[in-house]
Amino acid sequence: MGWWQRLRRSLLVHSFLQDPLAVASAVVLLVLLIASLGAPWIAPYNPYDPSTVDILDSEIPPIWMPDGDARFLLGTDTQGRDMLSTMLYGMRVSLMIGIGAVVLQAALGILVGMASGYFGKKLDAFLMRLTDVQLSFSTYMVAIFFGAIFQSAFGMGTYERLAIPLLIVIIGVAEWPQYARTVRASVLAEKKKEYVEAARVAGLSTSRIMWRHILPNTMTPVLVISTVQVANAIMSEAALSFIGLGMPVTRPSLGSLIKAGFDYIFSGSWWITLFPGIALVILILAINLLGDWLRDYLNPKIYKG
Amino acid sequence: MFAFAIRRIVQAMLVMLVISILGFSIKQSVGDPIRELTGISVSETEREALRQQLGLNDPFLVQWARFVKNAVHGDLGNSFYFKRPAMEVILSKAPATLELVFVASIIVIVFSVPIGIYAAVKPTSWLSRICMGASIVGVSIPVFLTAILLIYVFSVQLGWLPAYGRGELVEIFPGWQSGLVTTDGLLHLILPSIALSSIMLPLFIRLIRAEMKEVLEAEYIKFARAKGLRERRILLVHAFKNTLLPVITVGGVQLGTMIAFTILTETVFNWQGMGSMFIESINRADTSLTVAYMVFVGFVFVVVNTVVDLIYGVVNPMVRIAGRK
Repeated sequence: MGWWQRLRRSLLVHSFLQDPLAVASAVVLLVLLIASLGAPWIAPYNPYDPSTVDILDSEIPPIWMPDGDARFLLGTDTQGRDMLSTMLYGMRVSLMIGIGAVVLQAALGILVGMASGYFGKKLDAFLMRLTDVQLSFSTYMVAIFFGAIFQSAFGMGTYERLAIPLLIVIIGVAEWPQYARTVRASVLAEKKKEYVEAARVAGLSTSRIMWRHILPNTMTPVLVISTVQVANAIMSEAALSFIGLGMPVTRPSLGSLIKAGFDYIFSGSWWITLFPGIALVILILAINLLGDWLRDYLNPKIYKG
Repeated sequence: MFAFAIRRIVQAMLVMLVISILGFSIKQSVGDPIRELTGISVSETEREALRQQLGLNDPFLVQWARFVKNAVHGDLGNSFYFKRPAMEVILSKAPATLELVFVASIIVIVFSVPIGIYAAVKPTSWLSRICMGASIVGVSIPVFLTAILLIYVFSVQLGWLPAYGRGELVEIFPGWQSGLVTTDGLLHLILPSIALSSIMLPLFIRLIRAEMKEVLEAEYIKFARAKGLRERRILLVHAFKNTLLPVITVGGVQLGTMIAFTILTETVFNWQGMGSMFIESINRADTSLTVAYMVFVGFVFVVVNTVVDLIYGVVNPMVRIAGRK
């Protein structure tokens, strides 16, 4: 039996194929991922290349409207950039920041959660208080405040130049407590099990027990919250960009595209702001629905919406 | 209880201390107050004298202590842009935000309670399925996008409702310009408050539904049914009352999210409240107003959270015990 057949017969794939909503969202997500990560090859134009952009082409409506232009499927924005290409590039930026921020959150959260759960006592009390306090401020507020602090500290120019790494740091720092709590909870559960006892009796070092024995067993809940966290990180990035603390308009993410187009909604050019908005909602919805299915399937009863 | 209260208050003060250090370091690292005060014509020695006089050459800790001392007295420095005390600027903008939050909270309460109860009682009916499906979609739409969609449909396309500003205002008491008492003001409130509540509504519907479902399984509900009480009385008096505690706690915790979302909503609707003031202060590099807002909101927030925790501690002794290590 080849690996493909074994995979097809596994419970995971079986339950996945049983759920049409999960399959549909996975397909949509896959299409979006390929289209946006492959934007330089797929997109009809390169919005970063000024030579392909003509200001005379600005504010052309989508192709099915009376004034549409066959060259631009979804119309153009105020600078004459093709909306479809700009959105694909924008989604690429959004995804990069979202995934980067989640990797950072997970790293921070796992580190804190492991230390807190394994060593317990004073350290645990301190670290959990810290996560409680930060969570009580809500991730959006922390992200906005850090964005404001960084913007003031670096100045507008530097901030815009370093926007991607800075946003990854801001969102990562704002949202790690979720991971810390989840990891701590499962470390506490694992720590009592016999295999950990056995490893300790066998004389393995603390760090080896922590990283090689306990950590792999905490990965299921981490995986479950990761999907939802990517969606949250993308939303945070869009919110930060929208209020002007995120990506500059020259290297737009979906959020800054929505912001840039918003001013033109009153003059009737609705597509400049609504298309990136719809793309953002579809992306987040697909990730969330997939995350919901994954949670129901793995159902570790650890993460409650 | 006493020890619990002390512990919570000490924690709140520590958090405020951290916020003040953060705020103060931003203020220190950005901008030279002397340059703001004086022109180019002032000589270097005069500047040095002024700096000495204002205590800007003191060690960091001394200056920070002064900052905290002033902050405790309600003085958070002057806004560079408005040329007024930052606290005064913030307080003048507060009514706009409070009214927005107030109306949004009413919308959340009025809709989430019946829908949540209904979805818990009849989980399989098509209406509750639609509501639960809509709440997933609602969570996935960022608040500023909801706002833009509302503006596009109701202002640009239909032309029914105004899209920005607060409309006609009336001073109901000194310093409080209210939009709640004029028709125009109320019309201006509709779209922003719907947008703001759109993010809280799904959350509360889901929460009330989950809590109700749990309570409805309890023995005393079965007993109430066996006693032959009317269904409505069982649902509202026996079941719903017991879901209130967790709902109120979550409501308190959601305050931070609410504040963050007022920033977004106010930016979209050009609503002259604290949130849009904060964003404008960042764009104008009015650091002292930015810092003042952060310290002020942080303070309001810590106070509310501490009070919610204390009330919860009074109502539910388990919290106090769990907090004891």
